[in-house]
Formats: sequence, C-alpha cells, structure tokens
Amino acid sequence: MEYFVIIISAIFVSNIVLAQFLGICPFVGVSGKLSTSVGMGGAVLFVMTLATMVTWVLQYYVLNPFGLAFMQTIVFILVIAALVQMVEIILKKVSPPLYQALGVFLPLITTNCAVLGVAILTIQKEFNLMESVVFAIANAIGFTLAIVLFSGIREHLDLMEVPKGMRGVPIALVVAGILALAFMGFTGLV
Amino acid sequence: MNQVQNFTKGFIKENPVFVLLLGLCPTLGVTTSAINGLGMGLATTFVLVMSNLVVSLIKNAIPDKIRIPSFIVIIASFVTIVELTMQAYTPALFDALGLFIPLIVVNCIVLGRAEAFASKQTVYSSMIDGVGMGLGFAFALTLLGGVRELLGSGAIFGINLIKGDLMLVFVLAPGAFIALGYLIALMNKVVKS
Repeated sequence: MEYFVIIISAIFVSNIVLAQFLGICPFVGVSGKLSTSVGMGGAVLFVMTLATMVTWVLQYYVLNPFGLAFMQTIVFILVIAALVQMVEIILKKVSPPLYQALGVFLPLITTNCAVLGVAILTIQKEFNLMESVVFAIANAIGFTLAIVLFSGIREHLDLMEVPKGMRGVPIALVVAGILALAFMGFTGLV
Repeated sequence: MNQVQNFTKGFIKENPVFVLLLGLCPTLGVTTSAINGLGMGLATTFVLVMSNLVVSLIKNAIPDKIRIPSFIVIIASFVTIVELTMQAYTPALFDALGLFIPLIVVNCIVLGRAEAFASKQTVYSSMIDGVGMGLGFAFALTLLGGVRELLGSGAIFGINLIKGDLMLVFVLAPGAFIALGYLIALMNKVVKS
C-alpha cells in the first residue's frame, strides 16, 4: 500500500517535471521528436534507479557513520558522473543495440538535475532502500510520461501557424504550462 | 572584446535564461516571488564568480581529459559553502529555495561558463564574465518572480499593489511555464529589434 502511494504520487500528483521543475533542460531540449524522447526516458529510468541505489548506500553506510553529511552534494554529483561514464562504457561492450538507443543521451544525464534531485529527495524523505528504489523508478516513469506527452504535442505544434515571436521555445513553454495545469487535476488524489 | 561589453552581455544580448535558455529548472522552481528569485540569483552569482576565478587560475594545471570532473568538484565545493552559509544566516530563504540550492551544482550556466569561458580566458575577464552572467541570471529570476508575484498575489517584494481577485495560477506550477514563455517571446522581440 505504501509503495502504491509512493508510485501514484511520484508519477501524477507531484510529477517531477511538471510540478517540481526538475529535468527541464532535457524536457525542453530533446522533446522535438517522439522517438528521441522515448530514448531519453529509458536512459533516465536506467541511470536514476542505479544512482539512487548507490547514493542511498553511500549516505547511510559511509557519510552518516563518519559524520560527513555536509559532503553530500559533492559526493553525490561525483558518484553520478562516474556512474554515467561507467554505464556508457559497459553498455558499449555488453549490449551494443542498447548503447545505440541510449548512447547519445547518457552524457546529457550527468547534468540532468532530476537525477541528483531524486537522490537528495530520497534522503530528505528518509526512505529505506526499497522505498528509494520504488520512488526512483516511479519518478523516472513520471519523467518519461511528461516528456512523451509533451513531444507528441510539439510534433503537432510544428504544423501550426504560430505568431513569429512565439515560435519555438516560448510556445512550447506555454504548452508545458497547460500540460502542468492538466496534471494539477490529480491534486488531492493521495 | 572590451571589459564593459564583457560585463553587460549577460543582461540582454546573451542573457542565460531568456536567450541561452540555460538553468531553466531553478528559474521555474524558485520564482514564486521576486525575493526568492533574487536570492537564488545572487547565490548562483557567487558560485559562478568563484568557480570562474578558480577554474581560470588553475586551467593550466588541469589535464584536458579530466577537466569536466575537476570543474564539477570545484563548483560543488562552492555550492556546499553557499548551502551551509545560507542555512546559518538566512534560514527562511534556505527553506523557500529548498532542494534548488544543492542543485546549483547541475545548473548548466555554471559548468557552461567554466568550460566555454573561464578555461580559455584570463583571470580578470573570467571574473567579470562571472559577475555579468550571474547578475544577468539574477535579473531574469527577479523579473520572472516579480511578474508571477504581481499577477498571482498582487505584490512585489511583499509590498501589496493590487487588491481584489487575482490569478492564483501564476504562483502555482503552470503559471511558471506560461509566464516564462511569454517573457522569452517578449525578449525575442526586444533583442531582434
């Protein structure tokens, strides 16, 4: 039951992109085409789950026992950067087709604040390891849902007659605002 | 490029938010009021200036292959300094900005300036660039925060200006996207003409 609440609230009620404003850069940057946004969602799912697991273990078994909690930001970002690099190298060797699909998105993920944000949020919310993993997966699904919906709309937007000054990013942001408005309908669900 | 241009380019011509579209997460996340926007902008300015300074000082000592991780460590150190200082001296602002303070680390502007400017230029122009870009970012955040606060709660910097029915949606999440969209469109118009 608890897991169910975590999942629903992370995907719909406080969607990581549309309600918490994390991961806006890839949300605006790579949402031009439906296929690339699905790829980005997959890469985020992979890295976010791994990164949250590793940083959770580090926080509770290394940083806290040694009184180094103030080093959190530095340690987490380094771990994520190293992890992304490692995932890239391993994927290249082990599974070339998966690397083909996710490869270009992996370097971008280091500076995706959603990954670092979720890692810090699980610590702030004092989740245990299992809850953290569920939370990370649910957030990644929420990210994928938002970016896929958004890119679907943007593909149609390209065909529309938009005033000159509003073309490109401005109209995309207004659309994102309306999408966020729709997601506000889930408020109070859990 | 002379130093005056170097300083002023961050405000309109190369504004990190309105023109370069960098650092949109904190831009949207913290600008529920003008004062929050200003606080976030100044915190980022400090990190930007100090990391530009350190990066340009030690640029010759960093091997090319590991320059990005080195930059990230430098930036993360200054973010930790800001985080602890704000927690101690401005606890209200610290609570309002919340998660977005540690997330200055992954703000693309900071790493972007370190990589594109400070790792190639002199110490002096890197610092000027940091101040200019940082204040440009602070300007954008304060403007967006001011617009949202005025439309959503009828005040700017907490001073009440409008009474009656207001558009509450502007202080909520959707209003952030919509307000920024229109501000960027307006900036496009200003820059091009």
